[in-house]
Amino acid sequence: MKLKTLALAGLMASTSSMALADGVSIGMITTLSGGGAGLGIDVRDGFMLAIEQSGRDDIEMIIEDDERAPDRAVQLADRMIQSDDVDIMTGIIWSNLAMAVIPSATAQGVFYLSPNAGPSQLAGPGCHENYFNVAWQNDGLHEAAGAYANTAGYGNSFILAPNYPAGRDALTGYQRMFEGDVAEEVYTQLGQTDYAAEISQIRNSGADSVYFFLPGGMGIAFVRQYAESGVDIPLIGPAFSFDQGILGAVGEAALGVHNTSQWSQDLDNPTNAAFVEAFQAEYGRLPSLYASQGFDTANLILSAMEVAHPDDADAFRAALEAANFDSTRGDFAFGPNHHPIQDIYVREVVMQGDVLTNVVVGTALEDHGDAYADQCQM
Amino acid sequence: MSAALLIEQLLNGLQFGVMLFLMAAGLTLIFGVMGLINLAHGSLYMIGAFAAAGVAGWTGSFWLALMGALMAAAMIGALVEMVVIRRLYDRDHLDQVLATFALILIFSEGTRFFFGSLPLYLDTPDLLSGPTMLPGGIEYSKYRLFIIAVGLAVGAGLFWLISRTRIGIQIRAGEADREMIAALGVDIRKLYTLVFALGAALAGLAGAMIGPIQSVEVGMGEPVLILAFVVIVIGGIGSIKGAFIGALLVGLTDTLGRIMLPQLFGLFMDASSATTVGASLASMTIYILMAGILLFKPSGLFGGQS
Repeated sequence: MKLKTLALAGLMASTSSMALADGVSIGMITTLSGGGAGLGIDVRDGFMLAIEQSGRDDIEMIIEDDERAPDRAVQLADRMIQSDDVDIMTGIIWSNLAMAVIPSATAQGVFYLSPNAGPSQLAGPGCHENYFNVAWQNDGLHEAAGAYANTAGYGNSFILAPNYPAGRDALTGYQRMFEGDVAEEVYTQLGQTDYAAEISQIRNSGADSVYFFLPGGMGIAFVRQYAESGVDIPLIGPAFSFDQGILGAVGEAALGVHNTSQWSQDLDNPTNAAFVEAFQAEYGRLPSLYASQGFDTANLILSAMEVAHPDDADAFRAALEAANFDSTRGDFAFGPNHHPIQDIYVREVVMQGDVLTNVVVGTALEDHGDAYADQCQM
Repeated sequence: MSAALLIEQLLNGLQFGVMLFLMAAGLTLIFGVMGLINLAHGSLYMIGAFAAAGVAGWTGSFWLALMGALMAAAMIGALVEMVVIRRLYDRDHLDQVLATFALILIFSEGTRFFFGSLPLYLDTPDLLSGPTMLPGGIEYSKYRLFIIAVGLAVGAGLFWLISRTRIGIQIRAGEADREMIAALGVDIRKLYTLVFALGAALAGLAGAMIGPIQSVEVGMGEPVLILAFVVIVIGGIGSIKGAFIGALLVGLTDTLGRIMLPQLFGLFMDASSATTVGASLASMTIYILMAGILLFKPSGLFGGQS
């Protein structure tokens, strides 16, 4: 499934990238099927909305589905870099896929802009001058949740995440800020759909709060089963556990739950208001934070393209570093390791009309960078 | 670990086990009677779940959805047997694997075409939603108890069917010597279609019942299919009793392994590496179980001559 806005691009790509000197070719590998599809579809839709709004016709998009399989992602990346000759890559949702693809892509001179995954390895010793994360370093939202749990007065948390790089980053991040005790720390399988055993553990743990990081279909399954089980220990999560896609499927079981996010549909800035309205008009649903990340990533690329072509790597990189674009988050700046420094908010799930959504109720961390920046040598 | 938690986890393992049994029963019958490796069994599970979601969305009734899933899976199973599978009985296993793998792709893309790639959700019926109090002060989900009850009832029904009815005699005879029972005047083609439809219906039932717990999505059948193969290899190919015992063993091993291994490693490792190592090893326990059983019983627990 390829979206080509440039005719004959396939033929030209095989000759040399010089043939495409005016145009820019962007490869997007993301998850468009299975339990993680909601995230990839939102990133893609947000991204394409920005590209469409720019009105540029010199951008070739190659969009492929990785099916959340690392080997598939590596295959797609090799093809995009070696035969499609892309200048920029983006789109990966899952940190294990990111770890499999990004280091080799950036080593081959391609720019990679992450609209989601931000594994700690790539923020610290494994950072690279051609790798930018437009979303967050993985720990960020979880650190904010730990800080929120302190102010909410919780003293004993049961914490739960899938066993993959972002899951381990999540629980590390939460514990970095949380001052209370951890009743139990549990890792589940990535893509697990039945949480009966974990919910039984929660019921018998004596914790006063449950912190869980389960993005996509995993979160939907967990929250539905949790509501069904009758356990009433309050849930806290990062935005990933209560994004717009999950809320639609979980229903009222999520009402009143607090979660942490760098973005919310009600953030008060003109870029965001316009984005939320345009996204709803285009796709007929409320955007999620993933959609906002896709939108910001595309706008960052567009802003840098105004300055230089990716073939002029140093100038293009400098333009990306400047981050001279209007973000849906308001102010946006990169830290020294090309990861954002941003405010992280506390949101509450409310019913607006007949749609469940998140509204901002406070700020958990201000101008928050990440804990790995000083390990990065670029 | 408290007694209440242990009993709750045993129930969880039992519920997982009977789900696997519904899948494995059909798979083992089809393999035992017809000698066919059916990779598309997971697709029938998915079809059951989607049919249930479709009927529930249309009528709002969970019970009708369950009936609809059974019928849709049985009908599609019978159709697939008559159109595709029938041509594969005389081929070797590699051809069967190839053809039924093609069926997986066709069913997955077909379902995606009709239902889209976003997951669907089924609601538990009001009668079965929420927890109930078991003796001993154990709170447990009514719906999961319902799954256990249905699974055990289906198991008992299958035993009765295989050991006490005329069809059962024919099935067992077909397993032992297919030429001979054809020579005795049994319509073997009809029998095969019937067995395949029965297996498909059981897979469809499993898919429909899991719908309200998990999400209904394309590709949901394949992970379960792999576990169902593990179950029938452990239980002995062709044996319903083996499938039942194997399914419960796998269900309990997986559930208890997930809980106990991290705690076990916690005895001699620091907490955070114990949880990661334990969680990683927990995903291997059922395969270790399978390897262990095959070491001592190469044709499975209740397998006949190999």
